[in-house]
Amino acid sequence: MTMVYDEALERFEPVLGLETHVELGTNSKMFCGCRTAFGAPANTQVCPTCLALPGALPVANAAAIESTIRIGLALNCSIAEWCRMARKNYFYPDMPKNYQISQYDEPLCFDGYIDVEVYGETVRIEIERVHLEEDTGKSTHVGGATGRIHGADYSIVDYNRAGIPLVEIVTKPIPGTDRLAPEVARAYVTELREIMRSLGVSDVRMEEGSLRCDVNVSLMERGASEWGTRTETKNVNSLRSVERAVRSEIERQAGVLAGGGRIVQETRHFHEDTGTTTPGRSKEEAQDYRYFPEPDLVPIAPDPAWVAELKAALPELPSVRRKRLQAEWGLSDLDMQAMHNADAIELVEATVKAGAPAADARKWWMGELARRANETATPLADLPITPEQIARVTELVASGALNDKLAREVLEGVLAGEGTPDDVVEKRGLKIVNDEGELSAIIDEVLAANADAADKVRSGKIAAVGALVGGVMKASRGKADAARARELILEKLGVSA
Amino acid sequence: MSLIRKTAAELGAMIAAGEVSAAEVAEAHLDRMAEVEPKVKAFLHVDRETTLEQARAVDARLKAGEKLGPLAGVPIAHKDIFTTRDMPTTAASKILQGWRPPYDATVTRRLREAGLVILGKTNLDEFAMGSSTENSAYQLTHNPWDLTRVPGGSSGGSSAAVAAYEAPLSTGTDTGGSIRQPAAVTGIVGMKPTYGGSSRYGLIAFASSLDTPGPFARNVLDAALLQEAFSGHDPMDSTSIDAPVPSVVEAARNGDVAGMRIGVVREFAGGDGVQPGVLARFNEAVQLLESLGAKVVEVSCPSFASALPAYYLIAPSECSSNLARFDAMRYGLRVGDDGTRSAEEVMALTRAAGFGPEVKRRIMLGTYALSSGYYDAYYGQAQKVRTVIAREFEAAYQQVDVLISPTTPTTAFPIGERADDPMAMYLADLYTIPSNLTGNAAISVPCGLADEDGLPVGLQIMAPVLGDDRCYRVGAAVEKALESRWGGPLLKEAPSL
Repeated sequence: MTMVYDEALERFEPVLGLETHVELGTNSKMFCGCRTAFGAPANTQVCPTCLALPGALPVANAAAIESTIRIGLALNCSIAEWCRMARKNYFYPDMPKNYQISQYDEPLCFDGYIDVEVYGETVRIEIERVHLEEDTGKSTHVGGATGRIHGADYSIVDYNRAGIPLVEIVTKPIPGTDRLAPEVARAYVTELREIMRSLGVSDVRMEEGSLRCDVNVSLMERGASEWGTRTETKNVNSLRSVERAVRSEIERQAGVLAGGGRIVQETRHFHEDTGTTTPGRSKEEAQDYRYFPEPDLVPIAPDPAWVAELKAALPELPSVRRKRLQAEWGLSDLDMQAMHNADAIELVEATVKAGAPAADARKWWMGELARRANETATPLADLPITPEQIARVTELVASGALNDKLAREVLEGVLAGEGTPDDVVEKRGLKIVNDEGELSAIIDEVLAANADAADKVRSGKIAAVGALVGGVMKASRGKADAARARELILEKLGVSA
Repeated sequence: MSLIRKTAAELGAMIAAGEVSAAEVAEAHLDRMAEVEPKVKAFLHVDRETTLEQARAVDARLKAGEKLGPLAGVPIAHKDIFTTRDMPTTAASKILQGWRPPYDATVTRRLREAGLVILGKTNLDEFAMGSSTENSAYQLTHNPWDLTRVPGGSSGGSSAAVAAYEAPLSTGTDTGGSIRQPAAVTGIVGMKPTYGGSSRYGLIAFASSLDTPGPFARNVLDAALLQEAFSGHDPMDSTSIDAPVPSVVEAARNGDVAGMRIGVVREFAGGDGVQPGVLARFNEAVQLLESLGAKVVEVSCPSFASALPAYYLIAPSECSSNLARFDAMRYGLRVGDDGTRSAEEVMALTRAAGFGPEVKRRIMLGTYALSSGYYDAYYGQAQKVRTVIAREFEAAYQQVDVLISPTTPTTAFPIGERADDPMAMYLADLYTIPSNLTGNAAISVPCGLADEDGLPVGLQIMAPVLGDDRCYRVGAAVEKALESRWGGPLLKEAPSL
């Protein structure tokens, strides 16, 4: 039985741990020269090395090592002066060599931290290690109900992914987040993702698997000094899922513990549809990976002077950039936080760069477009509209060619694939009515139909003009310039504004 | 017929001068193979047409004026552990029966570039694990000196082919003595170059940190010419040394040891298990070197006694991981795939059926040695022993230019004698293993016949890393002096079989 979240938090304190895998966006694989393009036909980006043909050998990708060091530096880590790759031995059909070249007790980067903000509070997440390894092939299990290997009729493997460089970022255990644990987990992954983007080392697309997150959760009784047994939840494929997985594991574990049960150390699977986890492989009967230093590769010994150069050349990091942008844009903490959570900052920045005022850019992305993204469960950045197009719409509004209502229709048209904002304005005939004669005629009709309101205005109750303007807008199907309509109404009624 | 009695250097010169074609030379050797193979069984794969095609192609290249090396057109027997595009590659294992690699090993490619003509693929102990070639899954190879005896191993097909005058040259790989020991017991020259001096790319891995490709020949100069032909830095092998190849050919032509300091390893110059006839020939070689002006001193290397146990932890550990890739998923044997069994079951059935007993023994040893809880006591400890041995070598090479010992404690033993006694088999590599653990260069040259059985005895000459030229220099001196004493090479005539 699961326990309601608030109740769970009354009795227990969660301890978090996050393991994040980032596929590097290098042109070639970690240990061979094969391409790494996503979505290529199966088994077309392979060679003797990444297929583990007899006799083939790995050669380390220097660009991947550089990217890993840059990631480590951005996460305030120390960089190893000498370290080795290690073999992690286990049999699995999508792992060609039946060992993964990874790192064991000598990670390339270690002992770092990042600060994340949750509801205006800064939480420091300590980084245990950042290490480099290779990805496995991708299995597809055909037949069976679960899409997993057990119960499948057969499985097919695509080795295009085998050998793509993967960076694993492991946090130290994170105690003390209390009821904010789910939000902290999400904020951490969000921040990590932005750091990767600012470094340009990965496209960090969770839905394509180039950013993957395992969430470790354990609970301890309030006041206890020893941490509980943890579970590791995999298959967490979106930021929202990170948050939900933590919450669901807290509720589940609290229920087990409250019922006198014990938590089994195991891998669990998160299910997007139900928002809950189910058990996978138990780690207690577990795997002995028989790690040993990879004899096919030479040690990595980055020159400290080169590491210092890389450090000096790091781009402005996202948290610093956010502070700068907030000051430039003059937005509140709350606005910035909301934009950050919605993954909108880069989009707003690009829109501002394309000429839009910050407030307008924020308004569109966080309003109309966020709503659309939510409705269609699409990441904001994947909506079929560009920052430049948003900037054009704000320009049309500023020039008086569109009002808000028409602007929304233009956006709808762009999202529907009807072309650029100007195309949509053209095709749908969405220009504000600028013809004074036409507007004047509409006003006359409205005044005639609303004599009472007109009288009120004449008698000095200027507030009543709103209803008349509304009538004009309705009659023009939104195409009238509301401000000009108001001026004309007052003029016709002989009232000075 | 007389073509097969020529040295490789002579054949190369004759072909270059147009006195004979590569095709004629190949044909003479193929004829010799047809005659003696039923008794020697050195080759796993022979394809007359493919070989003659290669030879004709070399003739065409020469005719077109292409500048090829001194071995252009010379035939060679190639150990069946190097991948070859145009011939099957099995490592003498059932698990790779019929596998045709889609790529050439670097050694193979360089042989082709130098214009050598591959006569076929030679037998070996399965995955190079053994000292008698009895562990081949396919056939027993017989020592041309006495067909009831083993040709050594693991490169026993290569040593037998050269000793039987089926080929003037052959390739081998030396992980614990697999070139030097078979060379010694078949009365030919075999060299283990410095680790990293010759590329492992395309060499089916047994123990990555030890495996070293090297040459076999009937004389020192031919071995040097062959080593030079396939050595040098290979960007496809990270452990390949990026330094000029030591001037081995010049050293083999020089053969002057006057003033050289030569150390006799006390621990390997007597003691239990050494055959008296082996010791007698060794002691004569020591006196010979002294008479040639070398300063001979005794050097103690007490930790060499630990080399064998350390080797039998390190090599199996690496092999347990290297051989994991043979899993029936992508190539080679597949057993039990009847649509009802899981991938894991098919893997297990295939490996049970595909690997021979010695390979399984070593996989199990290595798996155990790397297991959590045992790693430090076994693999970790063995690596420490390796460091101690390296220090002892270093200290020795402060005092002397080369170290010498018998290559093996005994002459060729009868087929079947040690097949059921792995420890007795492992002792055959007692003297050769230390140089593998430290990556040093070492050669075996014939130094006479043992009195009690009339079988060849090898002298081992060990040199520091990249001191390959010293091995050839001393080897050439011994060869020259002994040939003048004997009135010709030890293997004067092609054995009549």
